[in-house]
Amino acid sequence: MGTAIDSKAIEQRARSAAVRAWLRYGVVAALVVMLLALVAYFTRGAFLDPGNLINVLRQITYNAILAAGQTFVIITAGIDLSVGSLVSLCGVVMAMAANALPFHGVALVAAVLVVGALVGAAAGFINALPVVRLGLPPFITTLAMMLMARGLAYKLSHGRPIPIDSDAFNTIGIGFTLRGLGHLFKLPGIPVAVLWMAVVLIVSGVVLARTRFGRYVYAIGGNIEAARLAGIPNRRVITAVYVISGICAAVASLLLLARFQSGSPQTGFGFELTVIAAVVVGGTSLFGGSGTIAGTFVGALLIGVLNNVMNLANVESYTQDIALGAVILLALILDQVRKRIWS
Amino acid sequence: MPEPAASALLEMRGISKSFPGVRALDGVSFEIRAGEVHALVGENGAGKSTLMKILAGAQPADAGEIVMDGTAVQIGGPRDAERYGIAMIYQEFNLVPQLDVAANVVLGREPVRAGGWLDGGAARAVAAAAVKQLGLELPLTIPVGRLAVAQQQMVEIAKALVRKARVLVMDEPTAALTDREIDHLFETIRTLRERGVGIVYISHRLEELPRIADRITVLRDGRVVGGGTVAELPQHEMIRLMVGREMDQYYPPLPPLDPAAPVVLAVRDLRSGSVVRGVSFDVHAGEILGMAGLVGAGRTEIVRAIAAADIPSGGEVSIDGKPLHAHGPHDAIAAGIALVTEDRKGQGLVLGMSIRENVTLPHLELFSQRFGFVDRASEGKATRDLVQELRIRTPSIEQRARNLSGGTQQKVVLAKWLTERARLFLFDEPTRGIDVGAKAEIYELMTELAKQGAAVVMVSSELPEVLGMSHRIVVVRDGTIAGVLTRAEATRERVMSLATTAHGAA
Ligand SMILES: Nc1ncnc2c1ncn2[C@@H]1O[C@H](COP(=O)(O)OP(=O)(O)OP(=O)(O)O)[C@@H](O)[C@H]1O
Ligand SMILES: [Mg+2]
Repeated sequence: MGTAIDSKAIEQRARSAAVRAWLRYGVVAALVVMLLALVAYFTRGAFLDPGNLINVLRQITYNAILAAGQTFVIITAGIDLSVGSLVSLCGVVMAMAANALPFHGVALVAAVLVVGALVGAAAGFINALPVVRLGLPPFITTLAMMLMARGLAYKLSHGRPIPIDSDAFNTIGIGFTLRGLGHLFKLPGIPVAVLWMAVVLIVSGVVLARTRFGRYVYAIGGNIEAARLAGIPNRRVITAVYVISGICAAVASLLLLARFQSGSPQTGFGFELTVIAAVVVGGTSLFGGSGTIAGTFVGALLIGVLNNVMNLANVESYTQDIALGAVILLALILDQVRKRIWS
Repeated sequence: MPEPAASALLEMRGISKSFPGVRALDGVSFEIRAGEVHALVGENGAGKSTLMKILAGAQPADAGEIVMDGTAVQIGGPRDAERYGIAMIYQEFNLVPQLDVAANVVLGREPVRAGGWLDGGAARAVAAAAVKQLGLELPLTIPVGRLAVAQQQMVEIAKALVRKARVLVMDEPTAALTDREIDHLFETIRTLRERGVGIVYISHRLEELPRIADRITVLRDGRVVGGGTVAELPQHEMIRLMVGREMDQYYPPLPPLDPAAPVVLAVRDLRSGSVVRGVSFDVHAGEILGMAGLVGAGRTEIVRAIAAADIPSGGEVSIDGKPLHAHGPHDAIAAGIALVTEDRKGQGLVLGMSIRENVTLPHLELFSQRFGFVDRASEGKATRDLVQELRIRTPSIEQRARNLSGGTQQKVVLAKWLTERARLFLFDEPTRGIDVGAKAEIYELMTELAKQGAAVVMVSSELPEVLGMSHRIVVVRDGTIAGVLTRAEATRERVMSLATTAHGAA
């Protein structure tokens, strides 16, 4: 028969899948390279300075971590608008905990992280509850949470940043690691925060691509009814993705807390939009069912590079917004073109 | 029957089309004359839909030309096709459910008054004229979403008429219709034929072709392997051409029923929604129970309630004597129930996922290792075995479900439920849109499952299939059981009278 299943055909398919993957990230990568060239020109080499490159990585840490959590949510065809406010709320609560808990050093950091993660997870759970029980749109429930969490953060902190007394957070905030690697580039090392980001990205990437849970996330986004009839515990999986997003907010918040040595109710203001932009620029469909963590990282990187470059080139902030918006649009258009070509 | 004019209205010459890893069409030539119904038949994945998509401008051909009235034309998109008078009715209709019938019929060519204001009265007049020409009765001011499938189809046909279609392509138009509705559809098609429209008719229901078609073209593996007038091509010859071999035995012999076989499924006074109103029956191990009835009688709702796809509002379902208290499909699956749904796109498949990912979805725990990691190698092996067992035509198990032909998708839905052999299989219209060869394979599979001791319930609107494949037949009417017939008692007439009359209990 014409379409016998021979291993050669399968191999060929696998190879063309690899080509496809290259093309997919290639588009974004090409954009980055083009930008780099422009940048190197406008900033007279300041951008390519290893110190600056590390700086870019450090700057995107928060966005990338939040976007990793958001990727789970968006693949299920949901959205989490509350992450910015949750960063603020977790920051305030964690700062209070840091000053109140009777621990020191690493133990204190761990305990504070646990407190923050509980807050983030609880908020994610509440986000998901009306979605899975009543079928309310996540756009609305997370919008409500955005307001509530923001209000709560202001109330708890009386509107002022809460400084932390302990110096246990210094390592995460400003510390470096992998000094050997750093010396190669004449740097003090890799910022600890960047390492945290790497861990979050790798773990989420593996969970999404390789585990049963990850498969369920894609299935729900692709066809929620087929998923339900296949016996997938839809409610639990959907709840889990909002909890994951909440926990990511807590982790990002911890890094910010460590960096600024205080928890402020204003920290996360407006974060949700850049987070969603990173996810979408990274090729995840807002309609659900497709997307990757690797793509999200590239998206966050692209936005980070752009910001960095414009800062170096002394572009004033309103122009920066215009450029950022244009690039997001362009990236999405390119992504669509790529899909057209390949379908 | 008027002799069709001999000259071709439209000709497709040497059309070829490849997808990655698939040669869907290979030098196909096909012609349509004015005032004829030209049937296009072939196995699943033979290339029928692809050929017609090229004609409708939905997909470009790699090679070949399309000639209309003797001159070559370029069909670069749906707009071109419309300009040349080519209309296509896909299985999924292109209607706007919220708009009323008249608005749908004139969609895209709304009559307007000076200043660009919509002229609703004129729209209704145009729609009414089209509906009348077709000899139909349609309520013009009702939102299309509220019409029955058969009526929606008529709206599509009226739409084609308003667009002055000269060629009308219908892809499996009878798949979801009742016998009555099919009669009606055929009358409409004849009306169109008399008006000189050339009609391409794609169907897997070969037995209906002598009633409606003038000529037949058979595709196999993307090539034309035969054709002729209906008289020249009797059904067995058509089948031989389609599958490339003789197919004598259509329904396999059913395994004998062991009278002592235990009851696997017991349903007592089951109620669900407003449709299922107190249903009781048993199915034994090794038994195939056919479920017949009119479309809308509640058969789908019954099997959905058993599988907890809808939560029953009353009554009891037990499996192997144990009452099932399912809160959702998850529990039913755990109890050994497999529901093969009728609507593959909406409920059966995640179209963006590969065959492998779809097939393993209901039983992913069988392919998981520690920490919930999915073992792709064992997934691949199980999927390849099923692809072979069900003869699913695909270049690779990594092919996305979206890219498979309709019948192939249906087979993938079946495969999903075979990775783990369930106790009870509920098949809802398992052979809809499936070619003859594959049908026989699915019948074979059902008897195999029964032989292995599973209980099988098969909901089907095709009476010959129910009669040929069931140990017993339950006839459903208005959400209740109108009667149960043994294989020996069952005839077409008895089933139909139970399904339709209000007092025919056996
Ligand atoms: N977009 C696509 N990408 C890849 N392969 C495709 C695509 N569309 C169709 N095919 C393949 O082309 C072949 C012909 O498909 P087509 O849909 O024309 O079959 P068909 O004769 O209509 O079958 P059925 O009776 O099942 O509807 C199949 O092998 C199918 O998998
Ligand atoms: Mg088809």
